[in-house]
Amino acid sequence: MKVKELVAALDLTVRSGAAKLERDITGAYVSDLLSDVMSNAREGNVWITLQIHPNIVAVASLLNLAAVIVSRGAEPEEATITKAEEEGIVLLTSREPSFEVAGQLYRLLHKG
Amino acid sequence: MKNGTNPEADRDQKICLSFNVEGGNFLSAGEASIRLKHTLQHIGYPASLIRRVAVAAYEAEMNIIIHADSGVLKAEVTPEAVTIWAEDKGPGIEDIGLAMQEGYSTAPNYIREMGFGAGMGLPNIKRCADIFEIETHVGIGTKIRIVIFNKQKTN
Ligand SMILES: Nc1ncnc2c1ncn2[C@@H]1O[C@H](COP(=O)(O)OP(=O)(O)O)[C@@H](O)[C@H]1O
Ligand SMILES: [Mg+2]
Repeated sequence: MKVKELVAALDLTVRSGAAKLERDITGAYVSDLLSDVMSNAREGNVWITLQIHPNIVAVASLLNLAAVIVSRGAEPEEATITKAEEEGIVLLTSREPSFEVAGQLYRLLHKG
Repeated sequence: MKNGTNPEADRDQKICLSFNVEGGNFLSAGEASIRLKHTLQHIGYPASLIRRVAVAAYEAEMNIIIHADSGVLKAEVTPEAVTIWAEDKGPGIEDIGLAMQEGYSTAPNYIREMGFGAGMGLPNIKRCADIFEIETHVGIGTKIRIVIFNKQKTN
């Protein structure tokens, strides 16, 4: 599944990285602890989190994640969006809480 | 990097990088590690090794930012290995055994709210490193050395 299909299926808002939506998703990880994400998320994963500060961009960049979804209507900081644009990180937002986002994504990734 | 357009030539060279890291500066946090990662990508290091270097460097960089006053992150890259030094002026670590335990953290609340301070940094570094050394003096600072070997090296 490509990031752009995920955006459409979950009705997500693209906040940065619009040029990188063709990428394939390898899986997903849900966590608000940065060290936990560093040790457990994999290349090409989508990361679902409530964190909104610029450090999520560094984590996504270092792990080469396919996208970050900020959930539950949380608004990424201005500096986060700027940095994500600079680093070429796909930053998405959802009104749904992490559980709902993860549940929908799980179904999409494991349906076939 | 000396020759940005010829990755093969770079493979035979030793690349040294050095970054100043400022305690408490969360805005540029991770930049040193990202630069190191880009360097390794540029010279064609295997992805699995880059991941381990990225995780270890990031946790070491963050520990300076979270726990120390100031420091430096240095890296030496050769075809055989990546060596990282993270050296800081800061409070030092009173009990290294405790600090190495997963979940132990002295990070204050406002830092935990940002998702740091899970107490997984040093254990993450140890897991990623082939060699991990730590030297610390309370009230003076902490030095760590990380070596990650490039085992997939073919020549
Ligand atoms: N560079 C450092 N200077 C002082 N104390 C440190 C340093 N690095 C780690 N520590 C101490 O070791 C503890 C555990 O570190 P770590 O495993 O990285 O977890 P965390 O950074 O999430 O607290 C820290 O909470 C802190 O007390
Ligand atoms: Mg840490």
